[in-house]
Amino acid sequence: MRKSKKKFRALPAVSTTSLPDIVFILLFFFMTVTVIKDTNLLVENTLPNATEAVELKSSNGIIELRIGKPLQKYQGEVGMEPQIQLEGKFIRVDELQGYVLGMLNKMAEHNRRKATVSLKVDKTVGMGIVADIKAKLRAISLLKINYATLDGEVLANL
Amino acid sequence: MPINNQVPEVNAGSMADIAFLLLIFFLVTTTLETDEGLNRLLPPDQDIPEIVVHERNVFRVQLNDANQLLVEGEVLELADLKHRTTAFLDNGGIIKGAADYCDYCKGDRASDSSDNPHKAIIYLEHTRATSYGTYIAVQNELVAAYNGLRNRESLNAFGEGYVAMEQRFYDEKTTPTEKEILKKQIKQIQGLFPQKIIESNANENNNPHEKI
Repeated sequence: MRKSKKKFRALPAVSTTSLPDIVFILLFFFMTVTVIKDTNLLVENTLPNATEAVELKSSNGIIELRIGKPLQKYQGEVGMEPQIQLEGKFIRVDELQGYVLGMLNKMAEHNRRKATVSLKVDKTVGMGIVADIKAKLRAISLLKINYATLDGEVLANL
Repeated sequence: MPINNQVPEVNAGSMADIAFLLLIFFLVTTTLETDEGLNRLLPPDQDIPEIVVHERNVFRVQLNDANQLLVEGEVLELADLKHRTTAFLDNGGIIKGAADYCDYCKGDRASDSSDNPHKAIIYLEHTRATSYGTYIAVQNELVAAYNGLRNRESLNAFGEGYVAMEQRFYDEKTTPTEKEILKKQIKQIQGLFPQKIIESNANENNNPHEKI
């Protein structure tokens, strides 16, 4: 009894020498999983809310279109009307098909079949431009689309 | 004079602190962005033969320039849309004993609403000035109505919600044999309440069909 009590008193301090290593491993993990988006936004892009959204599988085979009113600093060049942004530049509706087909060509064969166009549309934009884009995509038989949304109550969209 | 030839050791005590600072920086800046949204399949770009549909089987949802909602000719709040859509889809109005009688429908069986879920068509109309936010809100409510009904049937038949089954189907951890079973079950439930949403384009006269 007495012996064990003595032992407790002499409890050695926990060694923290391996702490930096642990932290470094964590650090490397976060460094590798972090995806730094290289395209910056040229348009206003507040996505609408939805409750029934499903997760978009794999990031391969996704063509991302951002639609919204140009930011203040670009309004001098392109005006106030909603514009389409594809990979860091503005494109017009009539140029869309060419660009999208070009991107489709660069894709790996197995991704091409399940290619999805992700429409990231600002919630204040009118449906006119969205309808035009859908018509253009239909014409080139790119029929899978996804309306990107955020999780949340839909009444906030109004 | 004694000369100290030994190189002094660098104190590594602050290493942990530095690493922690970096770690916290990456933790804060990382946005694990998972893309999510409403999946739709556009109709192929070809002439669609005209089909004759009874007015009672069509559920008209209209949105105007001012983002107001008109459902079956009356102004409706968005909050009531899901309920109304569910009632329409689940109506099963055809008389008992008919060939396509809907025995799983739990609706009012009103004669002025849809015959059965297979014939029920939702017709969504919007203008060029309708805001995208409102459009998505309406789409979401329509999908919610379908999902609600599919969940009900799925729970009845397999004891698992439809949405949960879909999630499991797309999960990478699910084995191929499980997927095979799930696919069959999902197809069966989808068959009970097929999603038929027709969208009319504001600047076109033809009716492109859009369904999942």
